[in-house]
Amino acid sequence: MATVRLSFSPAPVHVRTARLVGVAVARRAGVREDLLDEVRLAIGEACTRAVALHRQYGLTAPVLVEMSDSGTYAVRVVDRAPIEAGLGLAALDADQLANESLNEDDLTTGVGFALLAGFVEDLQVRPVDDGIGTEVRMVWPLAR
Amino acid sequence: MELSLATRTVGEHTVLEVGGEVDVYTAPRLRERLLELIDSGARHVVVDLGRVDFLDSTGLGVLVGALKRLRTADGTFALVCDKEPLLKIFRITALDQVFPLHPTVEAATGAGA
Repeated sequence: MATVRLSFSPAPVHVRTARLVGVAVARRAGVREDLLDEVRLAIGEACTRAVALHRQYGLTAPVLVEMSDSGTYAVRVVDRAPIEAGLGLAALDADQLANESLNEDDLTTGVGFALLAGFVEDLQVRPVDDGIGTEVRMVWPLAR
Repeated sequence: MELSLATRTVGEHTVLEVGGEVDVYTAPRLRERLLELIDSGARHVVVDLGRVDFLDSTGLGVLVGALKRLRTADGTFALVCDKEPLLKIFRITALDQVFPLHPTVEAATGAGA
């Protein structure tokens, strides 16, 4: 059972709201203060990715964010985009990043995944159990 | 905090001071301003991230776009950043190897950036 559940229409303006809620719940749950910047960034990246996928596929369905604090702080960000689009985990090296032919969208996607992978030790990207879409699941330890 | 953008000139450098949050919502405004500067002839651009308190992949994409655009125009592009949380973002993404990063505007403009 999620402690807090938030769904928002897939618009960039709402990603900030999701970040703020995600950090507020993390702080309340007892995530260490020095991890909160990383929590904020990771939730933002996961939501940005979901919004981008919904817009790419013309989906109006909301993006879902679930936060729970039973033992750990777990955040699920769920999109409803076709699965083959959602699992493109690509880490780019410096040469690829600087390559003139790499467009900004692909670069942003690669950098977003690098940030998720770099900041979240316990990270899973997998198909949702029900219907179409993927979920990004991130877990942080609780200090108390 | 909302995005803030202010431009000043230091020698032959155009310094864009960015403040607040650079994310998927605000990054298009940063992109627009950088394009305006480059289109109006700026060739040595320094982006000062000193008052940025949030930067995500979308913002990083915009900065890389400006770097590439200036490089093809025989210009230069450098960043000013001395905040550890932001520097960590550059290290994790390997973008610290792509951007010239300086701790101060003086270092960025004096270093011929």
